[in-house]
Amino acid sequence: MQARLLLEDGTLFTGLGFGAEGQSSGEVVFNTGITGYQEVISDPSYCGQIVTMTYPLVGNYGITRDDFECIHPFIHGFVVRRHEPMPSNWRAEYSLDRLLKEYGIIGISDIDTRMLTRILRHHGTMKGILTTGAERVEELQERLGASQLMTDQVARTSTSSIFSSPGNGERIVLVDFGAKSGILRELTKRGCDVVVVPHDTTAEQIRRLNPDGIQLSNGPGDPKDVPQAVKMISELLGEYPIFGICLGHQLFALACGADTAKLKFGHRGGNHPVKELATNRCYITSQNHGYTVLEDSVKNTKLAVTHINNNDRTIEGLKHTEHPAFTVQYHPEAAPGPFDSSYLFDEFLEMIREHKRNNPKKPRQAQLAESLRGELLYAQK
Amino acid sequence: MPKNNELKKILVIGSGPIVIGQAAEFDYAGTQACQALKEEGYEVVLINSNPATIMTDTNMADKVYIEPITLEFVTQIIRQERPDGLLPTLGGQTGLNMAVELARAGVLEREKVKLLGTQLTAIEKAEDRDLFRDLMRELEQPVPESVIVTTVEEAVDFANEIGYPIIVRPAYTLGGTGGGICSSEEELLEIVASGIRYSPISQCLIEKSIAGMKEVEYEVMRDANDSCIVVCNMENFDPVGVHTGDSIVVAPSQTLSDREYQMLRSASLKIIRALNIEGGCNVQFALDPFSYQYYVIEVNPRVSRSSALASKATGYPIAKMAAKIAIGYTLDEIVNPVTGQTYACFEPTLDYIVSKIPRWPFDKFISANRKLGTQMKATGEVMAIGRTFEESIHKAVRSLEIGAHRIHLKEASQLSDDTLRFRLNKPDDERMFLVAEAFRRGYELQDVQNITNIDWWFLDKLEGIVRFENELRSAAELTSELLYAAKRKGFTDRSIAEIRSEGGHQLLATEQEVREFRVKAGFKPVYKMVDTCAAEFEATTPYYYSTYETENEVIESNKEKVLVLGSGPIRIGQGIEFDYSTVHAVWAIQDAGYEAVIINNNPETVSTDFSTSDRLYFEPLFFEDVMNVIEQEKPIGVIVQFGGQTAINLAAPLTKAGVRILGSSLESIDNAEDRKKFEALLRKLDIAQPEGKTVVSVDEAVETAQGLGYPVLVRPSYVLGGRAMEIVYSDEELLTYMEQAVKINPEHPVLIDRYMLGKEAEVDAICDGETVLIPGIMEHVERAGVHSGDSIAVYPPQSLSEDLKQQMIDITIKIAKEFDVIGLVNIQFVIYKDQVYVIEVNPRSSRTVPFLSKVTNVPMANLATKAILGTKLASLGYSEGLWPEDDYVSVKVPVFSFAKLRRVDPTLTPEMKSTGEVMGRDQQYAKALYKGLIGAGMRIPPTGAIIATVADKDKPEAIEILRGFYELGYNIIATGGTADSLEEAGLRVKRVNKLSEGSPNILDLIRDGQAHFVVNTLTKGKTPERDGFRIRREAVENGVVCMTSLDTVQALLTMLETINFSSRPMPVLQKK
Repeated sequence: MQARLLLEDGTLFTGLGFGAEGQSSGEVVFNTGITGYQEVISDPSYCGQIVTMTYPLVGNYGITRDDFECIHPFIHGFVVRRHEPMPSNWRAEYSLDRLLKEYGIIGISDIDTRMLTRILRHHGTMKGILTTGAERVEELQERLGASQLMTDQVARTSTSSIFSSPGNGERIVLVDFGAKSGILRELTKRGCDVVVVPHDTTAEQIRRLNPDGIQLSNGPGDPKDVPQAVKMISELLGEYPIFGICLGHQLFALACGADTAKLKFGHRGGNHPVKELATNRCYITSQNHGYTVLEDSVKNTKLAVTHINNNDRTIEGLKHTEHPAFTVQYHPEAAPGPFDSSYLFDEFLEMIREHKRNNPKKPRQAQLAESLRGELLYAQK
Repeated sequence: MPKNNELKKILVIGSGPIVIGQAAEFDYAGTQACQALKEEGYEVVLINSNPATIMTDTNMADKVYIEPITLEFVTQIIRQERPDGLLPTLGGQTGLNMAVELARAGVLEREKVKLLGTQLTAIEKAEDRDLFRDLMRELEQPVPESVIVTTVEEAVDFANEIGYPIIVRPAYTLGGTGGGICSSEEELLEIVASGIRYSPISQCLIEKSIAGMKEVEYEVMRDANDSCIVVCNMENFDPVGVHTGDSIVVAPSQTLSDREYQMLRSASLKIIRALNIEGGCNVQFALDPFSYQYYVIEVNPRVSRSSALASKATGYPIAKMAAKIAIGYTLDEIVNPVTGQTYACFEPTLDYIVSKIPRWPFDKFISANRKLGTQMKATGEVMAIGRTFEESIHKAVRSLEIGAHRIHLKEASQLSDDTLRFRLNKPDDERMFLVAEAFRRGYELQDVQNITNIDWWFLDKLEGIVRFENELRSAAELTSELLYAAKRKGFTDRSIAEIRSEGGHQLLATEQEVREFRVKAGFKPVYKMVDTCAAEFEATTPYYYSTYETENEVIESNKEKVLVLGSGPIRIGQGIEFDYSTVHAVWAIQDAGYEAVIINNNPETVSTDFSTSDRLYFEPLFFEDVMNVIEQEKPIGVIVQFGGQTAINLAAPLTKAGVRILGSSLESIDNAEDRKKFEALLRKLDIAQPEGKTVVSVDEAVETAQGLGYPVLVRPSYVLGGRAMEIVYSDEELLTYMEQAVKINPEHPVLIDRYMLGKEAEVDAICDGETVLIPGIMEHVERAGVHSGDSIAVYPPQSLSEDLKQQMIDITIKIAKEFDVIGLVNIQFVIYKDQVYVIEVNPRSSRTVPFLSKVTNVPMANLATKAILGTKLASLGYSEGLWPEDDYVSVKVPVFSFAKLRRVDPTLTPEMKSTGEVMGRDQQYAKALYKGLIGAGMRIPPTGAIIATVADKDKPEAIEILRGFYELGYNIIATGGTADSLEEAGLRVKRVNKLSEGSPNILDLIRDGQAHFVVNTLTKGKTPERDGFRIRREAVENGVVCMTSLDTVQALLTMLETINFSSRPMPVLQKK
């Protein structure tokens, strides 16, 4: 079955279709990871995007549900040089082809993916349209021109209702902007009592959950499309320790008065060097983002840059100079990619413990009495 | 962190001679390191005994010492040079072992030399089995159940406890020497005994076998700031059980999920951090194919063969980075030379598949045991890059030059089913081809998997290739779609034609037809760049590979270009010497103002470092691939004379395709290689040659041999490194030879020459069409009958008269001019009764070019290239004739890898067997020879015992030589006949039993370490049963010097007599 990919600049790639049939458009991006296609496909941060893998052989080790980063993939298309119909791995349950079919995702293979990557590098990411049909090119062009990039990806990928993942440790409220399972996995691994809340949860609602710390998740798209989250963060800043990842990092920066902008072709892959400025040590990190916090915009805020990308020098980590809060642009939860930065979750928990030491809460009975007294007074009136 | 300014002078230790397990990759690593250190302004002192290396060129370091890498010599150089630092991690196991020895002897501390890169403790923790296991336990990294033993009994106890199979790994040995897998007590006894002997600390690790698991390697780097990266991971096609150097390897891993990949990555990082390595490190894992269970197999705290492969596979120059890290830089501040805009601190990502296939010497060592196990046997390797596995592996197969251009061996179809099954189960060098054969016979994939344990993924790919071949064979018509599909899978025009003709199709059944059809259809490859980053960043590295896709990335240039063909994988007879010349040719081309384009497929070499040439095409040296590059680059011509026989063999098809060969033409090559034309030309010039004839049938051979009189020298025409060349003494031997060693027919004639027992000599000369410059004459120590590559060569000659030398000079000049040599020519002579005969003319770069260039200081490959490009030697200040001889004496001593090749007879014959060479240079011949022999690894005690078993014909000569040893105080040990003769001659002899006379016999003596030298000139032994063969093997396997040519023994004696004192009583006063 033939499949085609048309880019905004007019480049047309003709290859073979796999996965679902039909037509679909989205922002075309590339990921440079050699392994990790399952995690990429199921990463909600790719919501609405047509993802190209630069590694030419995809599907070699098949599909294993356990490796998904969320229940349902949100990508709008998958582009590879060659997809493997016969996977080999002891955990493989089925093939890449079947996965895409199951979720209605169109795949295209056998095109010059390196050429596509070079075009995207050169011109920046752009819109594209994928089809397995026989439409005329002009028709596709029209469709592509009329298509709009999404702005509501966070709402699409976030959980719509609150749920908990109980544990015996610190209570963490994980604000889900399209969170990868990896974040939850890292927190529960450390015994945290996690409550996952939707992206539009208000500060007051979060307070009521009585958290020890707040984890801002990753998520798709432009942080400026999620203004209510910025408001929530600015209200809670200082009250609770905060750790933000990826989109969470960008939202936190906006909440603190910094600004964000779109990158030409983003950072997507598992090999990005991040330098910790305090130690000059470099970490290889997993990244997936199209936007970045602008360096100049940080200057007049109470934020300090803690990490930078060692290649393009963009900001990779921030911390608040007065309040217990820090964020990173990359993915310490890995999956896919290296686990070198998972220690950040430990630092977050340490920050929570220190915050507790510095701000001892009144004994529970006193708190209760205080609040009940207020209510009684009110009732008496 | 900025570089360390406390250091001013740094000593770099090279890896010495090429042996199995340690090849050209360390020249590549060492060259990069020296360049990196010089770039940073350090004074670099280099020691390496191997002259056939780029790193020992005097412009690579401030001071180059070509001296033996032994404690004695290295200490002396340290005292002389007083370096501040020592970089031992780029010289392979040799460099590392030397550093350990220097440290233990207290030299480093006494002379205040700082060890750079890896600390002694790290080396010990990685290399010492016990310390290694302790460390792994501490890091919670699993290692297979094992025990360290120093006696055979301990090994047996352990085996009884955990059961067979069991792996034996001797400590501190190279390429697994002396180790192996044992499935019975009998095997265990033998292998442990030899392992203990080979281990310099008499220690073996006995380990539970994890054979059958996936084998995965990680190349890791770390800097002083504790930043760590993984450069590359690789997966072996062969499961655990086959030495990684003998495995087919792909990069990156193909069957590991991200979880598995990251699990092993994290483990690698943990290990390099614990070892505190500043530089590169290699970690090998076994991964259970059915669970997350893994084991750490081995850690190499240094740059290794795998890191050379990883460097070429990714474009990331590991050795260069390791050198910079060793002097204090951190990864985040070193610019990535490939992109020029990002830094070395990142993990390269590939957008292609790399395949490596080892090159084994079994085509030359027919009697060798081809089974692959924990002891490495390959001499070299090829690498190929493609966008699919099929494309990549096909390219690698045709790069091997074993006569296969697809995964198909003609002989395989002859195998019985039982043999096929047996060989699939016990891996040997042809296993991948046999897997394909199994699929051709319709074996089920699961069945093949059960037999081989090879991962399903690889098997599926091979089965897919076979399936596609069937489709190609049976399709009614070769459509352009089908053709394109075949090209995308890496099939060559020749393979496609062959498969079509197998299917009985008349059309498009020759290579030429397929090629024309393909060109007409517009299918030609595009070239993609190896850029470390999968196109994420812009790169301008001119490092390309071909594929059938859409976009071509070659950056056009208007400069005139010259294409140089490399020499492919390292094999016996075609070693690193050819890469040396290739690299010099590239530099000379650039000097002359052209752009140098190179095609080669050997990942170990300097020529495939992308910074060597202006454009590097990592492609097979196969006609179609070469033509594609020529069509892309349109060079003014192609130079074939530096790439050994590989490149020379391409001269004919290229010429036929209208490509211009620069330098000596195809006709010149043909005149030298075609026996008839060659004889005619020599006759015309009135130059003597051994009588001989070209024969095309067995009958004719016997007749000719009888006519010439035995012994005769027989060999097939168009040979490499004297392959299948033999001295034959009788009709019977001749018939055996004809049956076993050659296929005789009118297309493959056999040459029969009278064998002249004389001295051999050779020259290398450069000719520009007008002037013939002879940089030097080399005299061989061993008489005719020993391959020139296996002889000790001496420059300048020590025993040739001026007259003989003049004869050679005159002949060389005549031949060079008459054969229209433009560039290099090598001529081999035999001197018989004061007359010079010409045995061979090779109008190309030879094995001796680097040696001779170094000792005469004449840049031969450079001058030859300039001559090829039209510069006259006279205009460069060179005149005709012999270059003035050096005051110093230099010897080139061959180095063998017999210990690694079971069942190979270590006898010196006309067939080349050595894998490498060392050089010894001093004011006197004896001193130079001493250095050469020591450098070659000979242990020469000032006193000891020498075992002699000598053929009757050699006895008179042998007795006189042995008398010399006797007088130096050596004990002479001999068996029956030889002992009688020696006693008759008045020597005191210790008698020892022959093999047939029961224990303790001569073998026990060797095994017990009671002998230091073995002299054995018994009858030729192609069959292992012969006593002589067993004696020679026993000596080799026990590290005892074994000499099979009396000339070698004489040379050793001369040397010992010069450097030792012998005591004699005062002459008694004669009372009259």
